[in-house]
Amino acid sequence: MQLLNASGCLDALTAPDIARALDAFVTKTITPEPRDGNSPVRIAETDSGMLNAIGLANPGRERFLSSTLPQLRALGVPLWVSVGGFAAHEYAETCARLDGVTIELNLSCPNVDEAPQSAAEIVRACRAATTNPLYAKVSPHAWDMGETVRALEAAGADGLSMVNTLRGAALDARLRPKLARGSGGYSGPAIKPVALAAVLAARRATDLPIVGMGGVTSGRDALELIACGATHVALGTVLFSDPDAPSRVHRELVEESLQLGFADPEGAFCAALDPVVTMEN
Amino acid sequence: MSRPRRELRRVVGVEGCGPYALVRVDRGTIDPGDPGQFFMLEAPGRVLPRPMSLCLAPRGELAFLLDPIGPGTRALAALGPGDHIHVLGPLGNGFRLDVPRPLLVGGGIGVAPLPYLAEALERPPAVLGFRTQKHAEAAALIPNAEVVIDPVLVTDVMPADRDVLACGPEPMLEAVRALVPAAQLAWEAPKACGYGACYGCAVEIDGELKRLCVEGPVLCNS
Repeated sequence: MQLLNASGCLDALTAPDIARALDAFVTKTITPEPRDGNSPVRIAETDSGMLNAIGLANPGRERFLSSTLPQLRALGVPLWVSVGGFAAHEYAETCARLDGVTIELNLSCPNVDEAPQSAAEIVRACRAATTNPLYAKVSPHAWDMGETVRALEAAGADGLSMVNTLRGAALDARLRPKLARGSGGYSGPAIKPVALAAVLAARRATDLPIVGMGGVTSGRDALELIACGATHVALGTVLFSDPDAPSRVHRELVEESLQLGFADPEGAFCAALDPVVTMEN
Repeated sequence: MSRPRRELRRVVGVEGCGPYALVRVDRGTIDPGDPGQFFMLEAPGRVLPRPMSLCLAPRGELAFLLDPIGPGTRALAALGPGDHIHVLGPLGNGFRLDVPRPLLVGGGIGVAPLPYLAEALERPPAVLGFRTQKHAEAAALIPNAEVVIDPVLVTDVMPADRDVLACGPEPMLEAVRALVPAAQLAWEAPKACGYGACYGCAVEIDGELKRLCVEGPVLCNS
């Protein structure tokens, strides 16, 4: 079981000590061209989560490869590079230029226009371009999660990251959208049940490794994802409020596992897939 | 770059200051930092902490002036002595203090960092603008201040040939910059993290969107 950050929720070069507290660091999504991202306002809090419409701000592939990636390698933390694009060949071209990293394909950013190809077609194009481990980041909006993950596996994905943010909106006191873009990606504690259900459904459909994420704020939350079938867990929104979350969640995860009678967190793997039916008199 | 530690601190008290609230917390080993730097304060019951510039650093304490207008600032203003909140900071870049003829300019809740700044600069003159007489009660925190009330603007009364250090609403900062292009201006933007992780506080700097928490919050043209 590895603890990662969710893509876009940590800048390892600004906060290297936090990245080093993780088992692996996942970059912000890299697109072929540099992107400033969306106009402000780009974030808003809700009662039980937050919205973001950052819009894949990143230095672009060339500057990432020549400047950012060497600096990230120097941190000594295993790297996952989140790859984005606006067509399958754009994803594949970036994948072909990456070595010695795990690749996570951002197939589900709610804040930019989507590629015309399906997620499986993008995975297939990238599989042909790289032998690096290839994870597909899945949208929680899939109607049939089992069918979606089977298609991604058949296309050559080595693993799944789930879930990305949900699309959401919030209004200010005068009934105008708080985000300049109108809507954005919804994350935080509110989406944990969505993540649990998605991981459960995916685990029933595949044996691939799954990075579970969505609303994890505690070791208990992480253990619930593992119980639903996640092999790894990623922290997102919680990093914004608690930069010490990696070490804290690690510690709580071990404590919570022991309290429930598991020798380690892996002991709880898939515990939620075989519900025990209890009858109360 | 070493990151400041996030610490759980005890609330000493919350005082009213006109419509604003002055939240005082036990300083512990936290460095108060430079005037214009900010702290992320845990807002009880909310998902995200709130960025607040340091208002005053009395002995053993950190004090933050805030305007309780939303759920986070209201939760902070509702704190009482003995409550505990997490505090992360100091963060960002504050004001440069090596200025020969400082003039502090503030508007509304933007006066928040000026008391600590006035102390560091040994009580320079200040010009403060407020919406109402009630809001202007906060001017008592800042020495040597000339106060104007809407519709009079700070830019109507600002003396010339001064090194301006300003904090306030965006239109005020734009107007100050138009008069004094080299002014040091403390800007505001919604922040989720305060330490460069979320990219939420992006503002246009030199024609590019950059993170205000990393590049600012105090920015200067020169």
